[in-house]
Amino acid sequence: MAEQAQGKKAGPKKFALVTRHAPHGTVYALEALEVVLIAATFDQDVSLVFLDDGVYALAKGQKTTGIEVKNFSPTFRALDDYDVNKLYVERESLQARGITADSLLVPVEVLDAKQIGELIAQQDVVLSF
Amino acid sequence: MLHIINKSPFESSSLESCLRVAQPGAAVILIEDGVYAATTAAAQARLHAASGRLRVYALAPDIEARGMQERIATGVELVDFAGFVDLVTSHNTVQSWL
Repeated sequence: MAEQAQGKKAGPKKFALVTRHAPHGTVYALEALEVVLIAATFDQDVSLVFLDDGVYALAKGQKTTGIEVKNFSPTFRALDDYDVNKLYVERESLQARGITADSLLVPVEVLDAKQIGELIAQQDVVLSF
Repeated sequence: MLHIINKSPFESSSLESCLRVAQPGAAVILIEDGVYAATTAAAQARLHAASGRLRVYALAPDIEARGMQERIATGVELVDFAGFVDLVTSHNTVQSWL
């Protein structure tokens, strides 16, 4: 980290945003979405990683009018327009919740825990949500 | 790769998920309420299976603040704040789990 702060590494950094919280109950999932858009605006190499309850953020059919909060889930469909197309979902988290990848809002790559670990270890910066 | 855990394993699944994805050879440091995972009873159920493939550290000032200094499991290496900083600077990637 220190050598990067001193500018030895040029160009975009590899960012992973790891979200482990369900939407709406807390602000984490929405914040992850905000930060991914900011990082993409600055042409960084962004990966979004969904672990644990984070996978619920990608569920289709979210209707939030009854709880009077913004439904940010359609924004995931817009990520491709920002050239954010590295979305990774952990297989174990999906299976534990009875969710299949083809039922999610957007196309994702399903990785097992070991592969997720490898992906995260390759990053310059990891942000948790 | 360094993983930082700051929640009790009895309150949060962050340690469990971290241990699931952490690569062999990675380091985990337990800080704040995360240090409860380093106590023998908690470590028996959670850390022991991982201790062979990971390096496990805990922040001594947080352990002492919680009166857990006599209860720490073997295999957990205690560090002070300076040691914590050394761990952060000596790893290329750091993940603070929430």
